[in-house]
Amino acid sequence: MTPTLQLFLVVSVALFCIGLLAALSRRHAIFILIGIELMLAAAGLNFIAFWRFAPQPAPPTGVMVTIFAIAIAAAEAAVGLALVIAVYRHYRTTNVDQLDQLKG
Amino acid sequence: MADLITGLIFIPILGALFLSVSPQKYARVIALGSNFITALIAFAVWRHFDSAAVGMQMVGRHAWIPAIGAEYLVGIDGLSLLLVILTSLLFPFALLAQKMGRGFCALMLIMQAALYGTFTAQNFILWFLFYEMSLVPGFLLIKVWGGAGRDRAATKFFLYTFLGSVAMLLSFLGIYLVRGTFDFAALAALGKSGLIPGKMGWLAFAGIFLGLAVKVPLFPFHTWLPDAYEAAPTGAAMVLTGALSKMGVYGFIRLLLPLFPNEIRIAGPWLLGLAVCSIVFASLAAWAQRDLKRMVAYLSINHLGYCMLGLFAVSATTAVPAAEAQAALSGVFLQIFNHGITAAALFYFVGLLEERRGARGLNDFGGLMQRTPLLCGWMSVAMFSSLGLPGLNGFVSEFLIFKSSFALAAGFTAVAVLGLLATAIVFMRVMQALFSGPLAESCGAFPDLRLGEKWVVIPIALLMFVIGIAPQFVFNIFNSTVVQMARLLG
Amino acid sequence: MSHWIAAHLWLIPALPLAISLLVLSLANSRRAAAAGLAIGGQVIALILSLAALLSTLGIPGYRVFQNFTWFTFGAETLRLGFVLDPLAAAMLVMIAFVSLCIFVFSVGYMAADKNFTRFFAYLSFFSAAMLGLAIANSLLLLFICWELVGLASYLLIGFWIHKPSAAAAAKKAFITTRIGDLGFFLGMLWLYGRSGTLLFYDGGRGALESAALLSLGGAATGIALLIFSGAIGKSGQFPLHVWLPDAMEGPTPVSALIHAATMVAAGVFLVARVYPLFVVAGGVDPGGLSAAASNGRVTVPLTVVVWIGVITALISALIALAQWDIKRILAYSTVSQLGLMMVSLGVGGIAAGIMHLLAHGFFKALLFLGSGSVIHGCHEEQDIRKMGGLRGLMPLTFLTYAVGMMALSGVPLFFAGAWTKEEIVQATSRWPVSAVPYYLTLAGVILTALYMTRQMIYVFFGARRAAAKQAHESTPIMTVPLVVLAICVIALSVVLTPAWPWLHSYLSGETAHFDAARLIQPVLFVSLALVALGIGLGVLIYRRASEIDPLERVLPAVFRFLENRMWLDELYDWTVLAAARLAARASDLLDRYLWDGFVRGLGSLGNSLGSFTRGFDEGAINAGANEAAAATRGFGRLFSRGHSGQIQTYLGAIAVAMLALLLLYAWLI
Repeated sequence: MTPTLQLFLVVSVALFCIGLLAALSRRHAIFILIGIELMLAAAGLNFIAFWRFAPQPAPPTGVMVTIFAIAIAAAEAAVGLALVIAVYRHYRTTNVDQLDQLKG
Repeated sequence: MADLITGLIFIPILGALFLSVSPQKYARVIALGSNFITALIAFAVWRHFDSAAVGMQMVGRHAWIPAIGAEYLVGIDGLSLLLVILTSLLFPFALLAQKMGRGFCALMLIMQAALYGTFTAQNFILWFLFYEMSLVPGFLLIKVWGGAGRDRAATKFFLYTFLGSVAMLLSFLGIYLVRGTFDFAALAALGKSGLIPGKMGWLAFAGIFLGLAVKVPLFPFHTWLPDAYEAAPTGAAMVLTGALSKMGVYGFIRLLLPLFPNEIRIAGPWLLGLAVCSIVFASLAAWAQRDLKRMVAYLSINHLGYCMLGLFAVSATTAVPAAEAQAALSGVFLQIFNHGITAAALFYFVGLLEERRGARGLNDFGGLMQRTPLLCGWMSVAMFSSLGLPGLNGFVSEFLIFKSSFALAAGFTAVAVLGLLATAIVFMRVMQALFSGPLAESCGAFPDLRLGEKWVVIPIALLMFVIGIAPQFVFNIFNSTVVQMARLLG
Repeated sequence: MSHWIAAHLWLIPALPLAISLLVLSLANSRRAAAAGLAIGGQVIALILSLAALLSTLGIPGYRVFQNFTWFTFGAETLRLGFVLDPLAAAMLVMIAFVSLCIFVFSVGYMAADKNFTRFFAYLSFFSAAMLGLAIANSLLLLFICWELVGLASYLLIGFWIHKPSAAAAAKKAFITTRIGDLGFFLGMLWLYGRSGTLLFYDGGRGALESAALLSLGGAATGIALLIFSGAIGKSGQFPLHVWLPDAMEGPTPVSALIHAATMVAAGVFLVARVYPLFVVAGGVDPGGLSAAASNGRVTVPLTVVVWIGVITALISALIALAQWDIKRILAYSTVSQLGLMMVSLGVGGIAAGIMHLLAHGFFKALLFLGSGSVIHGCHEEQDIRKMGGLRGLMPLTFLTYAVGMMALSGVPLFFAGAWTKEEIVQATSRWPVSAVPYYLTLAGVILTALYMTRQMIYVFFGARRAAAKQAHESTPIMTVPLVVLAICVIALSVVLTPAWPWLHSYLSGETAHFDAARLIQPVLFVSLALVALGIGLGVLIYRRASEIDPLERVLPAVFRFLENRMWLDELYDWTVLAAARLAARASDLLDRYLWDGFVRGLGSLGNSLGSFTRGFDEGAINAGANEAAAATRGFGRLFSRGHSGQIQTYLGAIAVAMLALLLLYAWLI
């Protein structure tokens, strides 16, 4: 079984769906963050896959984007965790069901 | 010389401005001081006035807003001088009539300036400016310092006269559009041959007539007057009736008669009818009043009706003999002056009674003659002057007016004479109710005339006697003006 | 002297006027000074008047006038003037003399009054106005004095102002006479308009001189009638006589001065003064204007004068028969006598009328002052039912009163009134138009004698009733004027007899001759018989007078009718006055509701226009805006419901939307 683009895409979709599911269904903020990280990872996988299967030689755009995305994801995770901690300190909970201050 | 007139107009305004920054307790002194200066100026004007000359004197002319034909144009003839003297005479007495504060005195001074301006301005825009300027202080004086019903009365007074003024302004704009000038003398020269032909001319006439008839007031445009005079404080009522109502009569003589001779001639019988209605209905209505102030207000309408009768009789007839025209105009001019002092005196006396009793109904008094003979005596002088007793001022002017109006419009005059009878009945009734009978309990503690009050009463009453017995000095003021106007009308 | 007085005539009224003002300014306590000044002024006025009279005596038809300019209006001048002629001179003397007597009498009569000084000020003022009226050479000046006389009478009638009835009477007098005065005023204006002057005599240009008279044409009738209406008011002629009896509310000297001697005579004097106007009304040739030729002319205004006079004379004589107030009887008697004078003027007997006026001035003043003395003696009682038998208690008053009564009734030979009445009756008998006035005048003569006899008997004869018990004679200061006047009444008869008709000739501008034969004339006997009949009847009827009048016993309805003055006052009250009051009320209501209602209608029209635009603003424009706003808000609410605040919901929504976009993308490809 040769690695084809389809295979990568299927994995990526699966990864994305797992991440989405996690982000939508978990009640704990940290898990939601993890879900988001999964989705980001799926996106990164996509970038790499499309770059790898593009006609060669191609400029390493996909790798570059993914590296940036990983860096941003790290930063984002840091900010996100910090926010979660701040929210926890303020509301004494991280359950997103109870965090409805955005209600209009 | 024109500076004298300008001074006359602006010194009261300066006085009012000065009043607004001066301490409250000196208000009356400052106002009287301003009046003293203007009286001196008026006297100087009188001295410099050439009573033999014809036309306007001491003319002052400055450009103002050339684009709309407005200029600062003042001047004086016999009639203007007479009214200037009357204004100068009345205001000090009106100020003495009541102890009032800064605001009251300042408004009175502004009204005085407006009156001086109205009586000397010779350009319509300027004249109209002053004419309207008198309205605001009048409104405020009634509204702020008035008696019962003052809000209603003040609003009515303002709206009513303002409506008339608007009509007049529109008419004058029409005239300006056709003739291109606001100058009284120029307009009067054009008036001979018809100012505006056709329907527009009648419209312009109606507008000016309405404005002036409301001001005089002429029946049936008079209903603002009893309410306004009744509500006005004594001092304001004195100048309202003494000087302000003269603006209307002055307007008739200065504007309507020279500008629309043909229209007046055609409308003559109707106008005479209105004048007679003014005389008869107002005196009858005065008879039915129980409130002294309202009664005097109605008699004011009645007395100004005599002025209108004389004016309309002359202007409604063609080919008036010079003697009749002169008699009518002299009578009207003198009546203007006489009514000014007599009606003001009557309001003053009603004010004195009201101040003592706290009410002014006909039945609130009784037997005053026993308690306050001086007050009753001098008040009787004013009343007899008003009912036209010979020997007092009213008779001379009424005689002249009736003389000419009888010669020119006998039927109307014969009816108008009923007004004389009704006036007599009114005053007899007042004297009976107030002076005679047993002394009413409520009047038991009345003080007689105080010294300050005597200083107001006696000069005015003596003036009535002097004009009634030797009126020549008043006639001298306006004789040549009368001759000139009579020639225009004849 | 004679020149001087003619040039300084104005002094005669000016002096009392100045004194009146002076006295008015005196303190209430200066009684002696007030009375002294007033009487002194009157004495000087009398002396001057006598001087004026003397200067007119020598020359028949004497007439001097002095005109001056009152004021100049425009280019016209208004001139007034004074005139001295027999008519003026005779009036001057009568007024000054009678006034003097009354002034003196008042010192006693008013002694207890606290406004003593004011009374004398008013009296002087009155006398000044009356004297001015007599010498006026201008209808305007006459009118001015006429009105001032009216004012003085108003002040004097209402002198006891604390009495409501006095104040009401004063008011009534002033207003009633003013009704007549308005006619006078119009007549004067008319005359002025037509002839251009109001001067009576002006060297040929005066209004009473032929040139001006002829220019009047048909207007003369109207002018004369209008002027006569003034005389009707002032002289208390029917139908304006109602004020005179009420005016008895004034102090008795006032009644004597105003309502007997002088003021009421002003009307008669006025007619006599402007007589040429009355004569010319029929259209007359210029030569026929002399006094002699104008006698007996018949014109419309003169006929009116006769009938008014006759009606007045008869009505008031009848009413006098049934009055109880001693002064009211005299008041009605005055009205009746004035009617007689008018008749006399109307039928052409000017001299007779004026003579009666002068004589009447004396004896009626005497009667009024006598009644004042009686009232004073009976402690202010005026009802003759409560008097009686006073003849013994008040002998002087009784004697002088009797002289006055006989003069008034027309007892011949020694009493002034008889001769003048004789003249009037004779003049009336010659009137060509109708004989009715003649017979009515004769009836009036009987009635006069009758009511005066009734009064005499009630007051001075018979039993002493309530008020007469403590009666006393008055002090000399009051009785002396009575005696003086009584002597005058008798003395005056000397110059009045037809045998030596001095006064008649003097007034007509002729010279008198003595002729005893003229003393005896047929009419004399007729009227003598009538007077005897009247007095005899009176004695017969009222011999046993009691508190119920004999007439009342026989004819109660008639008596009631007369006692209530024929209900004329009530009639006026219900008709003229009610109508006038109604008119006043109506104009007030018209003003309040119709004219002002119109204005208020306009106002409320403006108001409702305002409310309408406000309603439109609020209901239509505002509401639309509000609707839009509300809808927006509703939408907002709807959408905001989606914002649950649950981040996961949002994420879910994003996911669904992404999916949808993908599907759309896929479908589009």
